[in-house]
Amino acid sequence: MQPLIYARGLVKRFGSFTAVDGIDLEVQPGEAFGFLGPNGAGKSSTMRMISCVSMPSAGELRILGRDPVREGPAIRARLGVCPQLDNLDPDLTVWENLTTYARYFGLSRAEARRKAGELLEFAQLTEKASSLVEPLSGGMKRRLTIARAMVNDPELVLLDEPTTGLDPQARHLLWERLFRLKQQGVTLVLTTHYMDEAEQLCDRLVVMDGGRIVAEGSPRRLIEDYSSPEVVELRFGLEELAGYVPRLEGVGDRVDPLPDRILLYAKDGDEAVAEVHRRGLTPSSVLVRRSTLEDVFLHLTGRTLVD
Amino acid sequence: MVTTAVASWVVRRVSPGRVLAVTGRNVAALRSGPSYWLVLVSGFFEPLLYLLSIGVGVGALVGRIPLGDGQVVTYAVFVAPAMLAASAMNGALAETTFNFFFKLRYARTFEAILATPVRPFEVALGELSWAMVRSAFYTAVFLGVMVAFGLAGPWWALAAFPATLLVGLAFGAVGMAASTLMRGWQDFDVMTAAQFSLFLFSGTFAPVQDYPPVLEAVVVATPLYHAVELVRGLTLGQVEWALAGHAAYLLVMVAAGLWFAARRVERVLCK
Repeated sequence: MQPLIYARGLVKRFGSFTAVDGIDLEVQPGEAFGFLGPNGAGKSSTMRMISCVSMPSAGELRILGRDPVREGPAIRARLGVCPQLDNLDPDLTVWENLTTYARYFGLSRAEARRKAGELLEFAQLTEKASSLVEPLSGGMKRRLTIARAMVNDPELVLLDEPTTGLDPQARHLLWERLFRLKQQGVTLVLTTHYMDEAEQLCDRLVVMDGGRIVAEGSPRRLIEDYSSPEVVELRFGLEELAGYVPRLEGVGDRVDPLPDRILLYAKDGDEAVAEVHRRGLTPSSVLVRRSTLEDVFLHLTGRTLVD
Repeated sequence: MVTTAVASWVVRRVSPGRVLAVTGRNVAALRSGPSYWLVLVSGFFEPLLYLLSIGVGVGALVGRIPLGDGQVVTYAVFVAPAMLAASAMNGALAETTFNFFFKLRYARTFEAILATPVRPFEVALGELSWAMVRSAFYTAVFLGVMVAFGLAGPWWALAAFPATLLVGLAFGAVGMAASTLMRGWQDFDVMTAAQFSLFLFSGTFAPVQDYPPVLEAVVVATPLYHAVELVRGLTLGQVEWALAGHAAYLLVMVAAGLWFAARRVERVLCK
């Protein structure tokens, strides 16, 4: 099967700054694919190239089997784009935001109205049809933006940080809607820095850092490759933690001291805890949990704050 | 030759449906609330008030003005076509400067549009078409006022209407090009000052022949002069070859403004 997205050595430069530094990608039809990475990793620049509004500086890119440089409009006709910041039209009502957008794709007025009604239902915004955009909550705006991205029945939907800034209820509703799209066979490509989001939605993901892809695989696979099945979190009250690190040497696969706690990566968390006690250590609190993508992410991209 | 090349480029690259969709967005905005209407209506009154205060009021003191062909007209008849050209300019500029800039830089309306099959050039064309509609609304009412006051014959008024469309397109296109270069709202003060200078000195309130030669040469190079001359020639029924020259000047403004604006929109939003 022909991949919907195919990239080889894809590069994006802004002046002397290289935002995307030679990445290879293939996304198959029906996949939910994620870009994970800290701010400035090159996720959004990559998304903008995939959505055919930003041209690659170097490398090869094929979207839906076509060349974005020469066939931009034809490709964009089959894409749905949900940008990082909502760019809904403040001069228009909720309803008109959808019907007007449909017209850019060449839908007739009647089709546009039918589609708008259907999508308002999907986004649970039917009662808000005649409201302007400004008074809507963040979650409603996001749902409207996603609904708007669906007006042309896209084969590929691009979502740049779809749930950033939303409260938990709004996020869960949005995930459920996105999951529904996935079940309908729509290919989803999203960026996020929420690990739970990536685990919930993505079949496969890449971790980006500094414009490069540093890891690739299914969420499960990444955890297996870059972390251990379980993580033990040890706290020692207010004591200085550095002194404990040498005494924990060899417990589990890896010891990771944080300012407030020590993480032990282990195959068997309970076994590691038993070993800690055998060594005569008495942590003030012990938590054994499953390893998450967050552990992978922090391991791969480091703990330094990126602005 | 050049025209054919341009025409074939436009036909290949521009979808009328997409241009209309961009224009249609503004029509929908018109339906969404009263605020836009307020702006729309207020923009119309300025030239009308000038016509009444200067044209009719000051005109009573000025007396009659001799035209090039020996015809002598009242001052109000002389000033009215200039106010008509100015209202075409104001209508189009208001749309392609303030509104266009807001959609480009703040509301990110064009960013959303460019994620669809619509191209930057189609955005520019659609926006300019809407600016022309707004400008046409001003000039149609203004021409009605002129006919009602006996400042133009009804047939000549009808003949002048398409010319006011061209004036709207020309200023709309150049204003749009300028808005793509604006860094913030403070730059609009410069534009407003330029617009007002054009309004005062483009043969609007006094024949340019009365200016010192150097100043006259400067005025003759600026755009509103050509708009005023074209519109005045038609409303006063003085059809001559010079009008074609003025129209050509305005056509160049349309083409250059559109081309530049589309390129800049692409530069700003598709980087």
